[in-house]
Amino acid sequence: MGLLDQEFSDSNIVIAKSEDLLNWARLSSIWQLSFGLACCAIEMMATSASHYDFDRFGVIPRPSPRQADVILISGTVTLKMATRIKRLYEQMPDPKYIISMGSCANCGGPYWEHGYHVLKGIDRVIPVDVYVPGCPPRPEALLEGLLKLQEKIRHETLRRTA
Amino acid sequence: MTPEETLEILKNKFPDSEFTYDNELPVDAYIIVNPKDLLDVCFFLRDEENLQFDTLMNLSGVDDNNATKVKDEEGNEKLEGRTLSVYYHLHSMKFDHKFYLKVSLPIEKPEVESVESVWKCADWHEREAYDMFGIIFLNHPNLIRILLPYDWEDGSYPLRKDFETPEFYNGMKIPY
Amino acid sequence: MPIKTEEMVLNMGPQHPSTHGVLRLELKLEGELILDVKPHIGYLHRCFEKHCEAMTYPQVVPYTDRMDYLASMSNNFGYAVAVERLMGIQVNERVEYIRVIMAELQRIASHMVALGTYGVDIGAFTPFLFLFADRERILTLFEETCGARLLYNYMWVGGLSHDIHPDFVRKTKDFVQYFRPKIDELNNLLSYNKIFVERTANIGILPADVAINYGITGPILRASGVKWDLRKNDPYSIYDRFDFDIPVGEGLKGTVGDCWDRYYVRVLEMVESLKIIEQAIDNIPEGDVQEAVPKRVKPPKGSIYARFENPKGELGYFIISDGSVNPFRVKVRAPSFVNMEVFGELCKGHFVADVISILGSMDVVLGEIDR
Repeated sequence: MGLLDQEFSDSNIVIAKSEDLLNWARLSSIWQLSFGLACCAIEMMATSASHYDFDRFGVIPRPSPRQADVILISGTVTLKMATRIKRLYEQMPDPKYIISMGSCANCGGPYWEHGYHVLKGIDRVIPVDVYVPGCPPRPEALLEGLLKLQEKIRHETLRRTA
Repeated sequence: MTPEETLEILKNKFPDSEFTYDNELPVDAYIIVNPKDLLDVCFFLRDEENLQFDTLMNLSGVDDNNATKVKDEEGNEKLEGRTLSVYYHLHSMKFDHKFYLKVSLPIEKPEVESVESVWKCADWHEREAYDMFGIIFLNHPNLIRILLPYDWEDGSYPLRKDFETPEFYNGMKIPY
Repeated sequence: MPIKTEEMVLNMGPQHPSTHGVLRLELKLEGELILDVKPHIGYLHRCFEKHCEAMTYPQVVPYTDRMDYLASMSNNFGYAVAVERLMGIQVNERVEYIRVIMAELQRIASHMVALGTYGVDIGAFTPFLFLFADRERILTLFEETCGARLLYNYMWVGGLSHDIHPDFVRKTKDFVQYFRPKIDELNNLLSYNKIFVERTANIGILPADVAINYGITGPILRASGVKWDLRKNDPYSIYDRFDFDIPVGEGLKGTVGDCWDRYYVRVLEMVESLKIIEQAIDNIPEGDVQEAVPKRVKPPKGSIYARFENPKGELGYFIISDGSVNPFRVKVRAPSFVNMEVFGELCKGHFVADVISILGSMDVVLGEIDR
């Protein structure tokens, strides 16, 4: 749908499908749970900061899971942490999305073989929408992951599945 | 002051105790101390006028993995003599000299006095050594696991050489 | 009428915006007053020491990156020098100079994150944006050299993974020129800001003798007034050739060893690092940066404890070699791990809001505490 700013010559009525409108509203203001785990969190911070500016996609960090739409798993998930992340996820209101950032959150990363205290992929605990590869992913890669998530939200439907 | 001179002072102060000077290693030399004298030696090293080792730089547990095969009377082979070690790296900020201690403990009963009362920073280091190797530090104020979860399996110490990764923890699969 | 109060336990973290990662604090409170703080760590325990025992010596380098992920270059530096000492390798001058320049750039970048996030904790968002924009310049320098922004795997045992590119010297000089006035800007924006000073001065005072007994090192120790820097006191690499000062806390806004001193020591350290870079950048000799890289890293039987001045404090590597290609044992004395121990002591008697001030001023990195 894109930006409607300055699209009309005078005030007007817009007719849109409720699905499109809702999806557009959702994907344009994805609030992120401000929550960092490891090295990737630093790249996540760099993405939020001045140079890459996450804000222009409507992503604003929220400290409370109750107000967040997306949780970015930014780093290695350990067994001690996994249950906490699950609880954070459960506290988030629907609709909620998960971006798994970096190799560690995807599959254990460099710790896959000898990491006796590392969870080999966050998808063993909570469902993931977008995987962003890299160790750590560049901020551009994270932005690409976010665009992919927006693409996914754009095609969501309100219809009841049979 | 060189480690040799410090060793001489120690030998004079504790005539009943045994000190072994281990310098076959190419870089750092160690003084092996009898575990039962460790606390007295540490207090002495910290408080003696011309030693004043006021900082514990590092404390590390090590699994020596040095068991040897022994035959008992019936001719069955078994492994014996395996030890866990604790290394203490001391440093004096005042005189800028270093001194390295080591104690060796049998793996069946790895117990040594805690030096937390001497240097405060030993607290977490000792908890880590307990967590990773199962070394018991006597009279430690709070000897519980530090890095691993508190409900991690008892008797499972990851940095021991014979450690095997458990299959599950709290219903989560651990191996890849 | 007296107000009845009772002790309360408040849990802070592991998900909390001001804990700088996954730290959990158990606060025991009486009203707003803190009676006791128990830090719970280990939420990022990634089994570094177990990995070392399974890897060969050069393979450990990428894992050292991931300990203190804000100062990867410095971690690489320490590990490489420790193994070189164990093997008796002498690297050439070019390698030494490049290593020192990289480590000092990394120190500035690490302090930028520390100061920027400290501002956010206190409630000042703008310095964070300013500092992160400048940090990108350093990251670009690193990226142009070795291809990575955050975790470099740059300093190998016996050399470097890549030589610097022809433009590096000019660009680094440009950066030094550019960044020097930025420090004054930061001072005007944050350091002398009344609100910031009110929140940090006279809070969390750490006396020098307590600091030494707890084994505290780095900027925290120096803020308590102890002139102690391993680059001067136990020089490694070629640090003895450069002329720089060791800034110590002087209690300009409050008492020696308070949060503001810990903050300001980092600001001054950035200036000193710029000095070192300036002295080194013009004197890089010619040479092959991989000249001394051994075909097979196989140190003789033995052990070493080597320590280095990281942005956070004294980083120590205790390496035992059994003569094979894998380390027998690597223990890391992580500066944040030791510095964190004094945290409970510092918080006692302060208010809940001051916990954030004190924690931010310690600049701990959880990757290094838990390893």
